[in-house]
Amino acid sequence: MLPINETMGQYSELFMLLAAGTYTVAFIAFAWDLAKSSKTLRAVDLKAAELSGAAAARVPVAAGVGASSSSAAGAVDRADGDVAGPVGRAERPTSSVAGGSAGNAAGIGQTADGAMRYSAERRAPARVAVALTVLGAAIHAAGVITRAIGAGRVPWGNMYEFLTTGAFVAVAVFLLVLVRRDLRFLGTFVVGLAIIMLVAASVAYWTPVGHLVPALQSYWLIIHVSIAVLSSALFTLTFAMSALQLVQTHRQKTIAAGGADKLGFMRLVPSALSLENLSYRINAIAFVGWTFTLMFGAIWAEKAWGRFWGWDTKEVWTFVIWVVYAGYLHARATRGWTGTRAAWLSIVGYLCVVFNFTIVNQFFNGLHSYSGL
Amino acid sequence: MSERVNEEKKSPAPGKSGGTELDASSGGGPSGKPGKSGGSPVAAAKAEAVLPTLGPLGMLRWAWTQLTSMRTALFLLLMLAVGAVPGSLFPQRPANPSIVTQYIKDNPDYGKILDSLQLYDVYSSAWFSAIYILLFISLIGCVVPRAIAHYKAMRSQPPRTPARLSRLPEYGTLVIPAGAGIPASRAIDDAAGLLKKRGYRVDVRDRDGARPSIGAERGFLREVGNLVFHTSLIGVLVSVAIGGLFGYSGQRILVEGDTFVNTLVGYDQFTPGTNFESSQLEPYSVQLDKFQITFDRESQGKIGQPIDFQADVTTRESPDAPAQKEVLKVNDPLTLGGTSMYLTGNGYAPVVTIRDGDGNIAMQGPVVAKLQGDNYYSSAVIKVPDAKPEQLAFAGFFLPTAFVTEEGVSFSGDPELFNPQLTLNSYYGDLGLDDGSPQNVFELDVKKLTPLNARNLDAGGITLAPGATYTLPEGKGTISFDGVKRYIGVDIHHNPGQLYALIFALLAVAGLVTSLYVNRRRVWVRTGTHADGRTMVEYGLLARGEDHRLAGEAVAIRRLLAGAWDLDDGGSQSAPSGGADNGRADTTLPGAGAGAGAGAGAGAGAGAEQDSPDHPAADFIQSTAGSSESQKEQ
Ligand code: HEM
Repeated sequence: MLPINETMGQYSELFMLLAAGTYTVAFIAFAWDLAKSSKTLRAVDLKAAELSGAAAARVPVAAGVGASSSSAAGAVDRADGDVAGPVGRAERPTSSVAGGSAGNAAGIGQTADGAMRYSAERRAPARVAVALTVLGAAIHAAGVITRAIGAGRVPWGNMYEFLTTGAFVAVAVFLLVLVRRDLRFLGTFVVGLAIIMLVAASVAYWTPVGHLVPALQSYWLIIHVSIAVLSSALFTLTFAMSALQLVQTHRQKTIAAGGADKLGFMRLVPSALSLENLSYRINAIAFVGWTFTLMFGAIWAEKAWGRFWGWDTKEVWTFVIWVVYAGYLHARATRGWTGTRAAWLSIVGYLCVVFNFTIVNQFFNGLHSYSGL
Repeated sequence: MSERVNEEKKSPAPGKSGGTELDASSGGGPSGKPGKSGGSPVAAAKAEAVLPTLGPLGMLRWAWTQLTSMRTALFLLLMLAVGAVPGSLFPQRPANPSIVTQYIKDNPDYGKILDSLQLYDVYSSAWFSAIYILLFISLIGCVVPRAIAHYKAMRSQPPRTPARLSRLPEYGTLVIPAGAGIPASRAIDDAAGLLKKRGYRVDVRDRDGARPSIGAERGFLREVGNLVFHTSLIGVLVSVAIGGLFGYSGQRILVEGDTFVNTLVGYDQFTPGTNFESSQLEPYSVQLDKFQITFDRESQGKIGQPIDFQADVTTRESPDAPAQKEVLKVNDPLTLGGTSMYLTGNGYAPVVTIRDGDGNIAMQGPVVAKLQGDNYYSSAVIKVPDAKPEQLAFAGFFLPTAFVTEEGVSFSGDPELFNPQLTLNSYYGDLGLDDGSPQNVFELDVKKLTPLNARNLDAGGITLAPGATYTLPEGKGTISFDGVKRYIGVDIHHNPGQLYALIFALLAVAGLVTSLYVNRRRVWVRTGTHADGRTMVEYGLLARGEDHRLAGEAVAIRRLLAGAWDLDDGGSQSAPSGGADNGRADTTLPGAGAGAGAGAGAGAGAGAEQDSPDHPAADFIQSTAGSSESQKEQ
């Protein structure tokens, strides 16, 4: 057991506060991006309406490219986002992500690329926001690492550490996904959540660096909890996407029915179908992660308490989450349960994750009551 | 699953050729009753929608189809999630029977009602069992037919080449110049070779005809993975049941120096499984030599918290096996004779010697003190049935580091033995032990006893430091506090299902990952010679199940083909829509055109006749597991 280093612990707390501050500025930049872009996009749209004749003429070209298009030019993307591929062609939901969305309401009021690739168009505030988030994450990482050094162990042994490390993982996963996909429209959500977690950790759950109780001294803590936190971070992304999917579906329907587009900023957000498809893919990864969480938890429970499953409250909720997401995966394969209903299941699943992490850790008695409170 | 399987049964000719699905009716309303009508699926569906008189057998079959439908599985899964929740809201008997009793007492208005709903035994309740049993029956009903169908699919050729490849989600064409000297038949051989290398199972059709084609398929493992996953879940459940039937568990407290022998009498508490037999116990022994605790002396706010427990033990596999030194720790159980031993509790055991009124030693040894408060503030109960002429009893507290406040309240200031103290009241009389009825060793019923020492009596209470002896009033005897030992509580478990549960769980994960990340794909390629001598190649791809990399696969295959024939294809994945010849969708073979108008009739490839005019390629369009938005919302 390594000795405690309180100075490091204090540095860590300083880093956490600095990170929260940086995130706050990033949050403002993300929000500014949403506001500004929705204005610009409206202007672009008006112009596009004038040029619609010309756009229509290009469609056949774009359609030929359709299926595997990852073309960079934003203008082309807009065109093929509306109509892609040969008429009436079978559209696999997940493979269709790449080609924008076909044949449904997606085209209406839609601006963002269904493939969620970066377009050539520059969004200065968004760039600033991402840069700030990277900076914040770097400081945050320093905070997590100094905490680990200060305590001489992995920094996830109590609520304070779950929150600070969890927030870091959520931001890091978000940034990693950003490398491949333009999910900047989730920025306010992810960064906002990280701020909330950091503030909650510092205000409500502050715990000085310390040793672990013997029950937690196991390499399974490292394996089990890290996978749980990673999966939760992925679930966080899909939760936000599913929520946006519901809003977008509603908006697409309103517009299709001739209603006014009241949610201009949602233009930055891809179509409901694209959101659903990407969140399905992320949920599938996270589900595998959660399966491991459950299994490793069971193996650990066997080592620590002599039984691999005992319906302890924490175990119950981990199981409930697993079953809800299994239901989600099934829903995607069940006629009549895709789309909105699947999105609701994804949301319910995430609410269970949050519940398991907050309420269960704090207010339910069980063998897992070592949240450091 | 069942829907698809049934769908395959139902679909006319292609069904035999290995699982082509019908998008139009797969999983739709009256979910796949095995209609025998050989007609179009739509007609079959309509016929079923009328619901003719089914008869008892028909009803049964209908119920079975309902139960094994995907929708039911989903519903049962969600029920399972909901059903598990109350078990975390209410105290549960298996974990804590006494808390449940207390809870019912505390809530007289609804405590009993909850009990009648089995809410204190959620996980063995009739309703929870019903949910998971139905779920698993449904699961078996899914897996078996699906496994059979998949077995057949794996042994049959890839499905026939669709008339219009252009209707497939991924489609493209290539043109080999007339001068290259690659006729249609050679082009098809090349393509077959490339696809084989890429792991596809390939079937060449009509090689020397005018319009040779290949059907290719790969990714059968996806379905295998799915089947393995679901089957393994059954395995996990069965393993858990086996553990409950043949396992056992028990508890024992061991003071330093004590030896536990694995026989029924060796346990303080024993819980056998339903089918347990005492011959299952192997007579190994474990002696506790020493128990050490490290307390936190540096963390702010946590000073005095234990941060390490270590029990040094000597074990013997059997009475005459050699002794072995081992270490038992939290998170690090001992395994012996098919059981595991876990360190679950600990505390102090003051050692006392008690002489009775006749001056004989009536009791000597450690007394297990039960933890009551902070810093090992513990209660001690000593019963001395052997004392003569009068039986003696003591009850009080043990404090490892005793402090007394100004008000006279004593507390323990530290978990370590800095100032150990035993404070006791004493009693004499009939302990009621002689009639053999069991008593809790940690509790003393003083109702029938006469107090000797207590704070409110003249004699006062007994306060002892190690080494001290106290003489009881009225010549009833003496008590000496000789020293302090530590004790541990251990749980011993035997669960024969555990290993199997682990194996099945690992299998399940392997199956899950396979089924999520192996993509099942079909590729068709068709070639033909243009009037001007160029060899035209068209290809189409189709995924079964979720597959977001289908487009990437199309690009890769295109690149391979173009490379094989040295075609300048622009090289990049952004398709060469400009190149007149090798564009993707703008050059098509006659008779298999992309445009809606291009006739399906004349000269089309094999099987084109079967396509009804309004659903030209319906047979080849994957049942869209996750259907598109428009379908969902309406
Ligand atoms: C113990 C209950 C069950 C659990 C936990 C469960 C879990 C899952 C999971 C996690 C998946 C997605 C991964 C994969 O494709 O392998 C899946 C897929 C699937 N399950 Fe289940 N399942 C259960 C019961 C059932 C039952 C009763 C049925 C049949 C009615 C069924 C039919 C299917 C089918 C057809 C798929 C493939 C979906 C697709 O093609 O995407 N499952 N199941």
